[in-house]
Amino acid sequence: MANPGSLAITVAGADAVRDELSGPRGRRPQRSFSGRNIMIYGTLLIAALYYLLPLYVMVVTSLKGMPEIRLGNIFSPPVEITFEPWAKAWASACTGLNCDGLSRGFWNSVRITIPSTVISIAIASINGYALANWRFKGSEVFFTILIVGAFIPYQVMIYPIVIVLREMGIYGTLTGLVIVHTIFGMPILTLLFRNYFVSLPEELFKAARIDGAGFWTIYLKIMLPMSLPIFVVAMILQITGIWNDFLFGVVFTRPEYYPMTVQLNNIVNSVQGVKEYNVNMAATILTGAVPLFVYFVSGRLFVRGIAAGAVKG
Amino acid sequence: MTGQTIARRPNQLFRNLNAKIASIPMILTAVVIFLGGTLWTVVYSFTNSKLLPRLSFVGFDQYERLWAATRWTVSITNLAIYGVLTLIFSLVIGFVLAALMDQKIRFENTFRTIFLYPFALSFIVTGLVWQWVLNPEFGIQSVVRSLGWTSFTFDPLYNADIVIYGILIAGLWQGTGLVMCLMLAGLRGIDGEIWKAARVDGIPTWKTYLFIVIPMMRAVFVTTLVIIASGIVRVYDLVVAQTSGGPGIASEVPAKYVYDYMFQAQNLGQGFAASTMMLVTVAIIIVPWAYLEFGGKKRG
Repeated sequence: MANPGSLAITVAGADAVRDELSGPRGRRPQRSFSGRNIMIYGTLLIAALYYLLPLYVMVVTSLKGMPEIRLGNIFSPPVEITFEPWAKAWASACTGLNCDGLSRGFWNSVRITIPSTVISIAIASINGYALANWRFKGSEVFFTILIVGAFIPYQVMIYPIVIVLREMGIYGTLTGLVIVHTIFGMPILTLLFRNYFVSLPEELFKAARIDGAGFWTIYLKIMLPMSLPIFVVAMILQITGIWNDFLFGVVFTRPEYYPMTVQLNNIVNSVQGVKEYNVNMAATILTGAVPLFVYFVSGRLFVRGIAAGAVKG
Repeated sequence: MTGQTIARRPNQLFRNLNAKIASIPMILTAVVIFLGGTLWTVVYSFTNSKLLPRLSFVGFDQYERLWAATRWTVSITNLAIYGVLTLIFSLVIGFVLAALMDQKIRFENTFRTIFLYPFALSFIVTGLVWQWVLNPEFGIQSVVRSLGWTSFTFDPLYNADIVIYGILIAGLWQGTGLVMCLMLAGLRGIDGEIWKAARVDGIPTWKTYLFIVIPMMRAVFVTTLVIIASGIVRVYDLVVAQTSGGPGIASEVPAKYVYDYMFQAQNLGQGFAASTMMLVTVAIIIVPWAYLEFGGKKRG
């Protein structure tokens, strides 16, 4: 069996990203309109346009009224700015018979994301600490299964989990979904924490042991205060990942508990009624707002988090 | 070996007890869900379960039915096209962007923020935005037509032959930023002396990239490849949001097949067989990689 430690190259890569992205090195470039520079900046600007265009279209569309959308093209800025689509998307857009807008999905997502993030990080950090400092017979075997399991498509494991949750009587509830998120967040988070704790100087741990500190004391008094950055990375990873989840939301919850992504899809892709593109785009922005906010606030830590979390797929 | 060591040793099971307690969630997840769940699904894929899982074995019947179904072959074809093109384009675009970003340019942070932000968005949001941008009535097609080119046709989401490329455009928009970041980290990890040596020898820049830098970045490429590939097999939300598998069944993918048969068509056996095929696909990608990456090292 492979050594699980070396499976961690992706996280090593993430560290490289953090170090290497700390800004360009060397002297400042000379200001010049050489052909080379025009080509470089030209290509980058065209690429930037491709990436920015959908965001621009989303915002512009959401601020127009329906008559204006039917007349104009999607790239033209709104003549008359209206916030009505936003209000409607939030409070009165319909999914099936319910007409209370995306707000319900938003609060469901909040109620899913917060406990899932806290519980999964708590379990994974303690677990990573145990794997790093308190190895026992077989711990590496279980860890290897866990990491290999991260590559198994979710579809393979969904139905057995449905059965287990149904037996426990929590299938369709928020509790069940929180458990599912905790399970599937475990491989990457445990890897993240284990590798971080392994990188801490061992003398620290030994000194605490000699002073008579036990498992929990060392974790709470020494490891926890020293590892705040990695906790932030784990939080970014989990908040964006869980907020953006669709599959688990649709499989493991009843309609009244649907997270925001599922509700958004139901609003936009519903077949009944006239399509209100401005409301749809406002709803789309609202759903994307939380992870975008996390992205813009967290900056480089986000890069580190996703590079580590990319294993999750 | 004096008699003193006989002093009662604690039971093996209770040594390091706290660490074992702390690892219970991991052990349960690894053994019950990952190992047990996977085995369960594989075993039940050989039964004729319909509404409820039943253990009446029918051999490879479900697999025969699966590969005879048009919808499944369409799904697999789509996945193959989408997968190969995603791999090629995201590696090429990601690398080119990273190489450009590595030219000591100004506004590097701004460009990186722009290239990477779609990755923070969910596939649902990605799919819905591109559904709107590619809408033939209002989107790119209508805009180009209104500029005077009235015969211009670009409606990938409504044309069964090219719908998968419409999904590809959205998928690339969401994912290339990450590839760019990984590649940029790889490029920055290359020793500056290499570049100096290449320049002294008079090797052109593009040749240095192609024959020296890229071979040196083998590990980064392999990791990126595995990351992209294992994401591709799972592609689901994007299709659901952008086309719901349509027009007709033209943009179906395996993950959607699994979901629909398990939770909507009440044909569990088919769902299990299809998901087992997904597992096999992943194994085909992962096993050679794991063997190359870790198999050699262990012996060495």
